[in-house]
Amino acid sequence: MRKAQGSWEKRILKSLNSMCTELSIPLARKEDDATDSQSHSLGQPPCDAFLRLLDGRPVGEQKELLNKWNEMGTDEPDLSLFRPVYAPKDFLEVLINLRNPNYENGDSLSFRTHLGLIQVPLKVKDIPELKEFFVELGLTTGQLGIDDSTQVPPELFENEHVRIGQKVLTEQDSAAAQQYVRQGSPTALRAELWALILNISSHPEDILYYEQLKTNVIQHDLLVDSLIYKDVKLTASNDDYYFVFEDYLYQVLLCFSRDTSVLSHFAYNSASPPKSYIRGKLGLEEYAVFYPPNGVIPFHGFSMYVAPLCFLYHEPSKLYQIFREMYVRFFFRLHSISSHPSGIVSLCLLFETLLQTYLPQLFYHLREIGAQPLRISFKWMVRAFSGYLATDQLLLLWDRILGYNSLEILAVLAAAVFAFRAVNLMEVTSLAAAEAVLADLSTLKVMPLLQIFLFATVT
Amino acid sequence: MAGKVKWVTDIEKSVLINNFEKRGWVQVTENEDWNFYWMSVQTIRNVFSVETGYRLSDDQIVNHFPNHYELTRKDLMVKNIKRYRKELEKEGSPLAEKDESGKYLYLDFVPVTYMLPADYNLFVEEFRKSPSSTWIMKPCGKAQGKGIFLINKLSQIKKWSRDSKTSSFMTQSTKEAYVISLYINNPLLIGGRKFDLRLYVLVSTYRPLRCYMYKLGFCRFCTVKYTPSTSELDNMFVHLTNVAIQKHGEDYNHIHGGKWTVNNLRLYLESTRGKEVTSKLFDEIHWIIVQSLKAVAPVMNNDKHCFECYGYDIIIDDKLKPWLIEVNASPSLTSSTANDRILKYNLINDTLNIAVPNGEIPDCKWNKSPPKEVLGNYEILYDEELAQGDGADRELRSRPGQSLGPKGSRLRDAGRTVLTTWK
Repeated sequence: MRKAQGSWEKRILKSLNSMCTELSIPLARKEDDATDSQSHSLGQPPCDAFLRLLDGRPVGEQKELLNKWNEMGTDEPDLSLFRPVYAPKDFLEVLINLRNPNYENGDSLSFRTHLGLIQVPLKVKDIPELKEFFVELGLTTGQLGIDDSTQVPPELFENEHVRIGQKVLTEQDSAAAQQYVRQGSPTALRAELWALILNISSHPEDILYYEQLKTNVIQHDLLVDSLIYKDVKLTASNDDYYFVFEDYLYQVLLCFSRDTSVLSHFAYNSASPPKSYIRGKLGLEEYAVFYPPNGVIPFHGFSMYVAPLCFLYHEPSKLYQIFREMYVRFFFRLHSISSHPSGIVSLCLLFETLLQTYLPQLFYHLREIGAQPLRISFKWMVRAFSGYLATDQLLLLWDRILGYNSLEILAVLAAAVFAFRAVNLMEVTSLAAAEAVLADLSTLKVMPLLQIFLFATVT
Repeated sequence: MAGKVKWVTDIEKSVLINNFEKRGWVQVTENEDWNFYWMSVQTIRNVFSVETGYRLSDDQIVNHFPNHYELTRKDLMVKNIKRYRKELEKEGSPLAEKDESGKYLYLDFVPVTYMLPADYNLFVEEFRKSPSSTWIMKPCGKAQGKGIFLINKLSQIKKWSRDSKTSSFMTQSTKEAYVISLYINNPLLIGGRKFDLRLYVLVSTYRPLRCYMYKLGFCRFCTVKYTPSTSELDNMFVHLTNVAIQKHGEDYNHIHGGKWTVNNLRLYLESTRGKEVTSKLFDEIHWIIVQSLKAVAPVMNNDKHCFECYGYDIIIDDKLKPWLIEVNASPSLTSSTANDRILKYNLINDTLNIAVPNGEIPDCKWNKSPPKEVLGNYEILYDEELAQGDGADRELRSRPGQSLGPKGSRLRDAGRTVLTTWK
């Protein structure tokens, strides 16, 4: 796994470097070349060597950016030459080719042979184990997303659930909050509950930290900023739900790239932050810098991790903190190669196994027509379904991610979607037609789908 | 009920025509025998005018009330609401209660407005009380944001002064009549941008008042960040939310068209502000729509051949108070995005299902009470008959003839807190 992750990282960095060469934009510059000494004052956040070495922005441009901080969406640079460093489908190709050279499973094909794209034998849960793990999603437990629909009188579940939620908030009990949101969070309480679960509180030093990151953005520009602009323009700006928050996305993501505290998550991430060397000093560790400062290179769709959070938090520093915590707890697992049960490789395998085991006819049919199901569902899982589901449904899904501290629900939902549209899928005869059947998920109600798939399907 | 409905329209929009055709209705011309005419506001004027008008027969239905302008012209709407408030005050109705500063507690939903040039001097008096305020000038008879501009100095509207030398030609033509309203310079902003609400309201009869609210309204966002700065008062992209204006902006996006569903707004407000204040806001919005209809009901020609689907424009300020900006008799049926087309198609479909029961040749004498199943995305906003028959929550029984009641028939809002309190 580590080897695969390492070579994937090399590829990404190579791609990034070649884009820089094409566009003649350096990632970093030597200290001698720095003409503006913008960044030497004390009291800045632990700013690593990279930012000190980088040319600062001209002062005029800084003033302009500060004035335009709240509306960067209307003034972006020429992005036509930039392209995303990679898209989910590139990443999928890497995962498909993962092989364990030590693994021996015998030559003969049997009904146990995995016919999906992932060929790494990781342990994934089956439905009985999932039923146990997700016991609170069962048919006899009240859920928001099901038992709060207009036909159901609120006295049956909703009122009491809201009351309990308010109590949890009053007690400020983080563990209780995590347990509570397994049954879904009321919209009015969600922002506070998530903050409680993620241990985010807005102390003055947190706000100050965010302001300092903002200052870094104003004072230095990074190549990766253009990638962020491009990504937002390609995804969130065109989204019916999130276009309104375009400017917040820039603010959060530009600060995020410069936040070196994010580097600490690499301690439990199989990935490593990309290193770059000052020109002419390749291999010399004292001239190595992490690029970007937070070690995370955004890919196509990255901004969609932030977008749904804008519905909950309108105060920039709080929004920032929540996103950062969500990233270092969950989202990073969706684009790095590891054997963790919530890692993307396990999720893919879980999805394929669920489909092959419980919907074999559908699975074989799709395989026959060249429409391996993972090719369609991969992008949903990598984005944690952001941009594919209606926002209220997405938030109910992310409630459960927080509640169960696991991303496995993404794989289960993906399988449930296929199960739901199985009848139509059985009739298609090409990958394109299968994509079309699954193109629009915006009308889906996630909780009934999950409940039926886990608890009401005959196995 | 033999024979198919014969329809005419002078508005060539696919969302209309597709709906007629799918019902198997037959297109005819104006001069033939028709049953259903979806007409523009110019045509309705002719149909009911003294000189050119003609009597409609029992099996003919049209989509406008003869004098809809009592509600849909900016100056007449304000006049009718002011008159309504005064009448309630005279009667001593609790609805007309005022606070210490003289503002109506429950009926203050239209920004302070004056007609120009008629009320010019009154306006000047008001202007001088708060000289740093901004006002918005709107021509009475135009739409789509045409002719609207903002002012913050008296000199900018000298033309409308009655004493002005140039005023003589102004006063003659009513086409040049303007209204001037206090500009809401603290709109609720989302993502830093100003937006307004477009809500569709169907009225099938004014006396008794029966109206329906379309559940799928939408917000229209400006493409440019909002600023109350005086240097940007001329920038229509900051201030006017009309799609007709915004679509010429540099950043206009044809995929989402700068529109949000009302459900998105609700989700956002509940998540960031809480459930109670959000529910209160939406209740107030329903309230002000009903009050505006009640205000014009006495003067409306309640012709039984008529129904009307209005486009209500509402702005929410940063204190979460909704303001009624105007009512449109002919809301745009142009689609700016794919979602828009679907929405407007369904709007017409549901409207026709209510106005022309069973899609059959209409009889204008019917009781205009459609069964619940045909409402589609509409829900009953106010049904005067039902409200009067509902004695349970009438602590103060209305005097005979007085058909007021703040609660109306809230068939769906079981937990709604009453906006007004009966003393």
